[in-house]
Amino acid sequence: MFPNGKITPSTLSIKDLSWQVHWDKERCTLCGRCTAVCPVHAIELGVHRKRLIQMPALGEIGQSNGSSSVNQVYYGVRQKTDPAYACVGCASCTLVCPNDCIIPYKTDEADKLRFHINRGGQPRRRGGRRNVRDPDPGGILDRIKFIRISMLTDPALDAGRHEFELRTLLGRILPPEENLKMLKEHGWIPPVREIYPLIIGAMSFGALSPNMWEGLQMGVAYLNEQLGMPVRMCTGEGGCPPRLLRSRFLKYVILQIASGYFGWDEIIHALPEMKEDPCAIEIKYGQGAKPGDGGLLMWYKVNKLIAAIRGVPSGVNLPSPPTHQTKYSIEESVAKMIQSMYMAWGFRVPVYPKISGTSTAQSVLNNLARNPYAGGLAIDGEDGGTGAAYAVSMDHMGHPIASNLRDCYLTLVKVGKQNELPLFAGGGVGKYGNLASNAAALIMLGASGVQVGKYMMQAAAGCVGSESDRCNICNIGLCPKGITSQDARLYRRLDPEKVAERVVDVFLSFDTELKKIVAPLGRSTSLPIGMSDALAINDSSAAERLSIRYVV
Amino acid sequence: MCRLFAVTSEDPLSPMMAFQALDVMREGHDGSGVGLFLSDLGGPFEELKGAPILSGIFTNDGLKRLDQFMMNIGFMTKYKLSIKIPKNPPVGTPRRDIYLIRAYEYPETWEGLSESEIEHRLMMVRLQLRQMGEENEEMIVYSFWPDVIMIKEIGDPLLVSKYLRLDREELQARIILAQGRQNTNYAINLYACHPFFIQGVATMTNGENTAFVPNREFLSSRGFPGYIGYQSDSEVFTHILHFTLNRLGLGIEAYKHVITPLQDNDLEKHPDGSFLRHLKHSCRRLIIDGPNCVMGCLPDKTLFVVQDRKKLRPAVVGGRPGLYAISSEMCGLDVAIPDRDRSRDFQPMHLDTAVIHPDRQEVKICSQTERLPLPH
Repeated sequence: MFPNGKITPSTLSIKDLSWQVHWDKERCTLCGRCTAVCPVHAIELGVHRKRLIQMPALGEIGQSNGSSSVNQVYYGVRQKTDPAYACVGCASCTLVCPNDCIIPYKTDEADKLRFHINRGGQPRRRGGRRNVRDPDPGGILDRIKFIRISMLTDPALDAGRHEFELRTLLGRILPPEENLKMLKEHGWIPPVREIYPLIIGAMSFGALSPNMWEGLQMGVAYLNEQLGMPVRMCTGEGGCPPRLLRSRFLKYVILQIASGYFGWDEIIHALPEMKEDPCAIEIKYGQGAKPGDGGLLMWYKVNKLIAAIRGVPSGVNLPSPPTHQTKYSIEESVAKMIQSMYMAWGFRVPVYPKISGTSTAQSVLNNLARNPYAGGLAIDGEDGGTGAAYAVSMDHMGHPIASNLRDCYLTLVKVGKQNELPLFAGGGVGKYGNLASNAAALIMLGASGVQVGKYMMQAAAGCVGSESDRCNICNIGLCPKGITSQDARLYRRLDPEKVAERVVDVFLSFDTELKKIVAPLGRSTSLPIGMSDALAINDSSAAERLSIRYVV
Repeated sequence: MCRLFAVTSEDPLSPMMAFQALDVMREGHDGSGVGLFLSDLGGPFEELKGAPILSGIFTNDGLKRLDQFMMNIGFMTKYKLSIKIPKNPPVGTPRRDIYLIRAYEYPETWEGLSESEIEHRLMMVRLQLRQMGEENEEMIVYSFWPDVIMIKEIGDPLLVSKYLRLDREELQARIILAQGRQNTNYAINLYACHPFFIQGVATMTNGENTAFVPNREFLSSRGFPGYIGYQSDSEVFTHILHFTLNRLGLGIEAYKHVITPLQDNDLEKHPDGSFLRHLKHSCRRLIIDGPNCVMGCLPDKTLFVVQDRKKLRPAVVGGRPGLYAISSEMCGLDVAIPDRDRSRDFQPMHLDTAVIHPDRQEVKICSQTERLPLPH
């Protein structure tokens, strides 16, 4: 603009944006790939006018020389400053640039863009993860140390050569006396699955692209069938592709039912044709990323395929209600829903609820503990991710997982049901890349297993999202990596075979790392659930809160 | 490391035999303490088989409180073994007022009670005394049970046994469990000293229990008043055995399936695979990780030894019909039973439970892969 031009309140300069695209004119080939690939059209072809001063040599100065000021035009890239087109920092431009001449940099001070992403009174919605500066460098899970090292009084184990039973149980486990009594009397014993303690958490078919979903499923199948690792994956709320429902691979799948019941028409109709029972049914009552809010699949992503699987028209927003509409009391309605789901599969499939981390988790738990059908409780902490949510929900709602899980576990210990009702923890596990140590910390705090979503997207598919508001456009289906897009032009970038390979890599390396943690603790015969004497932290308040040791 | 010695004999033996066995194994323990469990008693206690015997250490004031308490609930002293304590205890052994071994007559009001009710009440009396003793540290109570005597003290086993004159004639038993070390991994506390006892079940352990906290949490939350203590990480082994026998109604053969269950492949091949899988799942919090060798005595006077799944602590069992012993080391066994067929000595491995039944005719080896004698 001109210095005397008009500005509006939302007139921003590049400096005010979260990301500044640096472009090097010297190296640019003007190939146009960057502007073509940018998912949010933050950059466009720029026709730049530039004034040059051309000074003739002394001897040539004369009347005929005319003006020494020359205007030239050159072509290049221009970054838009309209908040609707602000760069999201995904760096797809950098990825495609043949000469590495373009790269977005995070602004060096708080951006001003945040005050303007609510045009039309519509607050910011996005996908991804919690974007709040963590006052705790690394987060609480990363700061937990494993201090009980076996050496002399108790020889350490060999992570590479000893046998390890890194399995957990999903489903309601009866107290020993009752279990043996039921066995003797041929009574009903709740179904229990022996599974791997790292579960791929709920990411729906719809939130994820078909290629991503296929890759995850293939990886899971390979881990089970070739490597003997009983890894399970949850569908999320979006149903399940019909062929998978009718295949033997269904046993590796945890079907999720949530408040929108999307996809369940298809699932119910497939029941008579199922060759295998699913691993379990997860009833989603809440999600860590947007607690108290229902699922949301925005219209951009509801194409024909998604619409067909979910049983809805295409091209419309699919917001699930915040709660199951029929639920008014946990004692009655939740119990009934759990029982109904059991009934659908002849009481052969464990059913468990998933809630978001909340200060009321213990009340939920107490009710479930009294419900003999509840097959576990999954708690999703505030650091959980999502495909789409209001930014305010993602950043400010919810409860951290560590203390929530610990409180619930200790409540179970008090009533003696710590082995009966397995707890699963999710939300920020591996947030800073330390998947195995975070998972082990949660297990020793009392989790029977952990659920991961974002980590799988990053490690198995190359998601570029971050805690510092990078990319996070999963909601509009423009994922530059094709992970959360329903546009074939985008998701064909992602090779499902390669995703499957990475899933296997992640689980194998996780397995080795988990052994490297439990072996020096002297544990191998069973997963050290609740082995809190092995944990410590260098923060006395946190130590007291989690009932673990304080070390400095 | 602890050194353990257990013996079962047709003829009553003096506990000195066990102390000698511990003494030859002294390179393996630090002689910091001694724990003794005697059962199937000989001598004067033989006549008192049904009478509960209280074993413990008391101050003079504690004894007064004990007498008052026992009188109030109707227990009358039937027989007592007086241990006159010499003036100078051995180095490291504190001076105590009274080492008590006293047999009681049941209160009249207990007549006609069922066996299980009596067993429950005996345990509750012991727990109450223990609690009373903790208030002013006036009493330490080890056991209150018919046909069971226990002595525990800090100090070198052989010196302590001489100091307390445990070679006395009145002290004879057909079952002896002896252990030669205070639990030095934790604070010195006599309640942390092996063997541990609950309702006729006694065990002692060599090693450290890495799964202690989940084990303890599970036992403590069973709602059973006897599952308390845990000054030592090894006490859970006694309680897990008690849980297996009394709460689950299973035999000693199932004990190892509780603490070190088989893995998938073995379970699939096992004739009782389905049962064992249920046992493994529901008793998951009782799984141990070792390294542990557990020796013990069951209420029916069966002696046994088991190992953990892979770390193992030394143990050998051998003897001859009528006299068998389990020892941490071969040299202990050699001193105790020199005239045995050594070729029949057996060192239990990760799947074995070695059992010597009360008839003392043979060492029976049960492997975890064998069919389980299940109750019908």
